Amino acid sequence: MSVVESNVMPDVHVHEVHEHHEEPNFWSKYIFSEDHKTIAKQYMITGIFWAIIGVAMSVVFRLQLGFPGINLSWLKPVLGKWITETGTLDPNFYLALVTMHGTIMVFFVLTAGLSGTFSNFLIPLQVGARDMASGFLNMLAFWFFMLSSVLMFVSLFLETGPAAGGWVVYPPLSALPQAHMGSEMGMTLWLLSMAFFIISSLLGGINYITTVVNLRTRGMTFSRLPLTIWAFFITAILGLISFPVLFSAALLLIFDRHFGTSFYLSEIYINGEALPNMGGSPILFQHLFWFLGHPEVYIVLLPALGMTSEIIATNARKPIFGYRAMIASLMGIAFLAFIVWAHHMFVTGMNPFLGSIFMFLTLIIAVPSAVKGFNYITTLWRGNIIFTPAMLFSIGLVSLFISGGVTGIILGNSALDIQLHDTYFVVAHFHIVMGAASAFGFFAGIYHWFPKMFGRMMNNTLGQIHYWCTFIGVYLIFFPMHYIGIAGFPRRYYQFTTYDFASSYTNLNMFVTVAAVLTFASQFIFLWNFFYSMFKGKTAPANPWGSNTLEWTTPLVPGHGNWVGEIPAVYRWPYDYSKPGAAQDFIPQTVPFSQTPESNLPHETAQIAEEKEMLDINLNDQFRAAH
Amino acid sequence: MIYFLGFLTLVFLVMAIVVIARMQSVLKGVQTDTEQDAPVPNNKINGAMWIVFLVLGTIGSVWSYHAVKDGFLPEASSIHGRRTDELFWFSMSLMCIAAFLVNFLLFFFSWKYQYRKGYKATFYADNHKLEIIWTAVPAVVMAILVVTGYSAWTDIMSDAPANAQVVEMMGKQFGWHARYGGSEDNKLGNYNYKLCDDNNQNPMGIDFSDEASFDDVMSTAELHVIKDRPVSLKIRARDVLHSVFIPHMRVKMDAVPGMPTKFWFTPDKSTDEMRAELGNPKFDYEIACTEVCGRGHFSMRLRLIVEDEASFKKWQSEQPTILANVLQTKPDYITRIPENLRAKAMKYAPAPAAADSTTAQTAGTATAAGASFR
Repeated sequence: MSVVESNVMPDVHVHEVHEHHEEPNFWSKYIFSEDHKTIAKQYMITGIFWAIIGVAMSVVFRLQLGFPGINLSWLKPVLGKWITETGTLDPNFYLALVTMHGTIMVFFVLTAGLSGTFSNFLIPLQVGARDMASGFLNMLAFWFFMLSSVLMFVSLFLETGPAAGGWVVYPPLSALPQAHMGSEMGMTLWLLSMAFFIISSLLGGINYITTVVNLRTRGMTFSRLPLTIWAFFITAILGLISFPVLFSAALLLIFDRHFGTSFYLSEIYINGEALPNMGGSPILFQHLFWFLGHPEVYIVLLPALGMTSEIIATNARKPIFGYRAMIASLMGIAFLAFIVWAHHMFVTGMNPFLGSIFMFLTLIIAVPSAVKGFNYITTLWRGNIIFTPAMLFSIGLVSLFISGGVTGIILGNSALDIQLHDTYFVVAHFHIVMGAASAFGFFAGIYHWFPKMFGRMMNNTLGQIHYWCTFIGVYLIFFPMHYIGIAGFPRRYYQFTTYDFASSYTNLNMFVTVAAVLTFASQFIFLWNFFYSMFKGKTAPANPWGSNTLEWTTPLVPGHGNWVGEIPAVYRWPYDYSKPGAAQDFIPQTVPFSQTPESNLPHETAQIAEEKEMLDINLNDQFRAAH
Repeated sequence: MIYFLGFLTLVFLVMAIVVIARMQSVLKGVQTDTEQDAPVPNNKINGAMWIVFLVLGTIGSVWSYHAVKDGFLPEASSIHGRRTDELFWFSMSLMCIAAFLVNFLLFFFSWKYQYRKGYKATFYADNHKLEIIWTAVPAVVMAILVVTGYSAWTDIMSDAPANAQVVEMMGKQFGWHARYGGSEDNKLGNYNYKLCDDNNQNPMGIDFSDEASFDDVMSTAELHVIKDRPVSLKIRARDVLHSVFIPHMRVKMDAVPGMPTKFWFTPDKSTDEMRAELGNPKFDYEIACTEVCGRGHFSMRLRLIVEDEASFKKWQSEQPTILANVLQTKPDYITRIPENLRAKAMKYAPAPAAADSTTAQTAGTATAAGASFR
């Protein structure tokens, strides 16, 4: 800390001025921290907390689906009156569980937990910055997320239950308290919570973008950025453009609910009463919602894809194949993400011509996605692959991305979507390609960067066991759901026994439930490994995976300011693995070309002349030390 | 279906060849370098796991398909449904082949190029030709799917033929109401949501100032349609979103309050024919709701009866008109019908058997009305 104390400038951190550079107290160090690494850990722990709740909810409703009418009275201590007298799950609460599972997993776990954790942790470390552009905004972003989390959590305990109209909360169901008990206070809290969540995402996103654009270290040009950073950067832009649209959708819904407007309501007769609302359109909400909702799936997935690019290259000991093609495909996917939203709405009565346009645009997404898949596979080709748990999860992600992606081509076809829309085929598709794939990215990221976060190693063998249980489990859960969907089973059904056509497959549904329970159970291997290693794990080496990126040049557990002394300059791209001529199978980004004449390619030798000049630039580290 | 079975056979063959060819080298590999120390433990086991997963996964997928395919819906009973089914299985086979091949490469490379001591990976950073190839190939495949999908979609979504049987379907929490134009004018009368009244037998809000509505009939238990005749569903909802889903017909369209939607299709297998075909005398076409609408979302079952025109006409003529039901429950409703139409409306009023104070008023026309709906 001596370096820190001697170099603090008064204009940066107000609270430190008051404290005269003393060790930050508990509150400013762990709670209202402005340090990106602490904030990242806060996101991670909150994300894991939500993941446990969200996944446990899915296990509860899976029990009802696999064993209709199952006696759940053992859950009475937790769920109280939501378990009926006969021990069955209340159908209203079933809907609430489905809704909360979706909301929690999509927003709190995979958006905040995944992107929040790793964008915060890795952006400053990998671009070579002392911290985020604004530590204060960053802290604010987390605490808005926390506020949003608390509101959502509180809504679980309401007497009328949390929101229950599906995670898409389509009005009029969500707008009319008399339509469903979940549309009472639960929905109000849902909307409030989402409003705060959006604020949090925007504050976070602005920070990520600013940091990547302005705070890169010397030599860290955009063409030398690790693909992780490219992915976080593009994700942040996606969020910045699309989240405000969800905000407006939520705001108009709040108006409809509380101030008597008719944005989404028209010609409604409910509970023996004709409502005065005229001229609104429920479809308007769907357009606004999916204008966020579709980019949202890429907001969830792109960070995972970025991290796996990095992890696969590192552990295959090979440069990522087609670095520029990877960036181009990220951009392509991100751009297309904005103009495909209505493929969620083919059968809403939308103009069929619009349907054909959206089908065309949707299927184009397959092209950049295929490019990514093939590039990953070529990266593995003739590599020297080390199966760290992170690597396993990354390869698993690619498999899920492919297997879940191809069914997207079916669903994106409007003619085929007529039959498949809102059936289990959709459930299978998006859980594999977006849910499980992103969750795999989350696991991969934790296993890979755990040594940098806590200075200790996680247990590899346990990680590998966790991987295979999860990978096999995910396929066992979601692969059969395609069959259930082809057979026409609709989503969000409390039970299927009402219909003859859906009376088959009781065994298959049971199988899925058992697989889900086992997969859920195997996540405790991870939790044990994670928390045990945090305190008792083996001390990590400085660069455990032999990686090229900047974060491994920091001290084992980087302090405030990340690097002691000057931030290193960057001379090369991050993927010089197994370069012919080089002694080691990796050359970190901080090694100048002038030191590696034996392995330089012709255009790299030419860059040696510029190295001196570059060293004199010091745009964003005026103090040449942590401050 | 044929594509799919062909693909499955192919998969089995490829798998068998690969497994046999590679088994020897796997065994050889295990024997020779045992003392190899990878940077992380269990590298070899994890490498082998990919092959195990690949083989078992492929066998599992093929086996499970055969085990469950009897539970799939029977061949579509509508003309467009068979077209979309064919397109579905064609696309699905293509996608299964693609997914299998790419997953195969992924797992195979993961196993093949696992860590070997002293081996150096190939520095292979890009190849524009390869990138162009695997951009172009998916693009061409997508183009084919877009074209076939587009033509099917535009045909399905085109306007209903002029001879189509028009039926109105209204979703509500939690059930469906179907309305027919009636046996006299075969025309649906106007409606207005403000006239909805469950207590007065007018749950659909029929506007009786439009005389086309007088002979309209309603059904809440069954939807009857005529075989081999296009059916045009006019769909609406009166409270929240619902969605009409007829799995056997491959029909789905949302019901939106304030925004009527439509869908037309041609059922060409009657309920009786399906019963005979499936050997299940209890078989019924069913209509379900596929847009979450509240507590009873899972229980909005409506039976669909596909029958010939004669039985449909017979059924329709047996149904009381909506107006008759309304007047029976609330005889003074007649005062809300415009004066010039009252006489006509009275023809639909029920027989005076319903003894109440207004009987005298309606007695004159009771017999005529009785004839009209019996």
